[in-house]
Amino acid sequence: MKITVASGKGGTGKTTIATNLALSIDGARLIDCDVEGPNSHLFFPGPMEKLKDVSIPAPDFDLEKCTYCGKCSDFCQYNAISVIGEKLLFFEELCHGCGGCKIICPFDAISERGHHIGIIENNNDRSLFHGRLDIGEPFGVPIIRELKGLAKNEGVTIFDSPPGTACPAVEAMRDSDFCILVTEPTPFGLYDLKLTVDVVRGIGVPFGVVVNRDGIGDDRVERYCIEEEIPLLAKIPNDMEIAKAYSRGVPIVEALPSYRDLFRAMYDRIRGMI
Amino acid sequence: MVRELTVISGKGGCGKTTLTASFSALARNHVTVDADVDAADMHILMNPRIMSREAFHGLNVARKNDDICINCGKCYQNCRYGAFDPDNTLHPEKCEGCAVCELVCPVGAIEMVERQAGEAYISETRFGPLVHAKLHAGEEASGKLVAVVRSRAIELAEEKGKDLIIIDGPPGTGCTVISSITGVDLVLVVMEPTLSGMHDSMRVIEVANHFRIPSVVCINKSDINPENTQKIEEFCMEKGIEVVGRLPYDDTATKAMMENKTVVEFPDGALSRNIREIWRRIEKALQ
Repeated sequence: MKITVASGKGGTGKTTIATNLALSIDGARLIDCDVEGPNSHLFFPGPMEKLKDVSIPAPDFDLEKCTYCGKCSDFCQYNAISVIGEKLLFFEELCHGCGGCKIICPFDAISERGHHIGIIENNNDRSLFHGRLDIGEPFGVPIIRELKGLAKNEGVTIFDSPPGTACPAVEAMRDSDFCILVTEPTPFGLYDLKLTVDVVRGIGVPFGVVVNRDGIGDDRVERYCIEEEIPLLAKIPNDMEIAKAYSRGVPIVEALPSYRDLFRAMYDRIRGMI
Repeated sequence: MVRELTVISGKGGCGKTTLTASFSALARNHVTVDADVDAADMHILMNPRIMSREAFHGLNVARKNDDICINCGKCYQNCRYGAFDPDNTLHPEKCEGCAVCELVCPVGAIEMVERQAGEAYISETRFGPLVHAKLHAGEEASGKLVAVVRSRAIELAEEKGKDLIIIDGPPGTGCTVISSITGVDLVLVVMEPTLSGMHDSMRVIEVANHFRIPSVVCINKSDINPENTQKIEEFCMEKGIEVVGRLPYDDTATKAMMENKTVVEFPDGALSRNIREIWRRIEKALQ
């Protein structure tokens, strides 16, 4: 079973829900897909070790063969190649690795090499995997794609999604059996929740909502969930003890063991829905 | 010369929008930009009146004519984004717009077509002009849309004689962040004294350094972990980054948000005074 924890707004508690849920299910694997800011490892004991490098193909230009005809630059949809007179400029960060320039080059002047964009790491008992996008690299989706392939064949895998509703978040949510949408009971929380609901309905994955920091705002999220017939999976109170434990990297279920029941009940409910 | 300030944090939910909206209320001759195009929230506090809108076309998308297709499999073999199944069925939502399928198709069954990926707006608000946008759900090229709103803001500032652009940035370190900070004069990094907040903000400071953009730091919710707050200050000292302020956890921010107001418009309190002081320091850093 694959469960993805997502939210439009950042900082609503995705990682809190994902880590605590994973720690409450025996043998679950957590895969942190927030490659621009992976945080789950801060709540798991032990160091992360490198599993592999992630590269995308990038063109290598043989300037002996190149005639500066400009066909590659005209073709590239990402403006990663520029040919001015007898000068060829390649902007590596803009390249998506599609391979089109290599195909279109009439002089066989382009071959391919790997362009490093990040790494994948895991902990000792393989209960946690995460990816890390290199600083200055714009596109994390290829790393998320590789991470998605690390799901367990049997048992439960939980994905911690990046925030937002653009391509990295959609890549994380796609092919899940269930999505947990985490939000806050505030105007920002509700607005961003509605955007995420549109996305997850578009993908066609069943989903439910968790209200985090319950008590800071009002009941607008609950009212919305009732109107839209969206299951409300849990409410986590706005508790200074939770915030303090979080700040130190201690999971709620360890700092405040009474919360174990809440996360187990959440899991049972999700199981009943898929 | 128009100056540009971008507010970022790495991790989401650190208070970027709350602070940026307050700065917008305090600044005098400026344009505000919401560059968090896939989960824009600034409009909730600024109540914009949209004056003009423009369609945003992201990357093109492949369209296949099955009447012409001979099922040769070239599109499937050459697409690196999994947009074609082995039986050559096209999934447009996985298309990254590279046009390789159009290039390799021997019978011209595939063409790349424009798709509207979002909309950009120029609005009037009680704090002057706001340039914002809405990316359609699940779209690519959000970095490109950020570039669009930023260039509209520069045009507007020049036209109206504004001397400052305040940009509310997105979370993360990827394309939207890079697109919202390249070429700006100053980056304000909002840091939270939590392990995850520190981890992500330090990464985003590295991104700013990578593009040679000076940064200053503001510590938000500084009292939830005084030890970590201390660590952030030491880190900033070591890196030569100015800490422009520390804000204790204060539910005034949420209370103001519940009334769709910025903190500095809400009945005056410690948080509001603190934010005014931070703004004074940022204005100085921008000079």
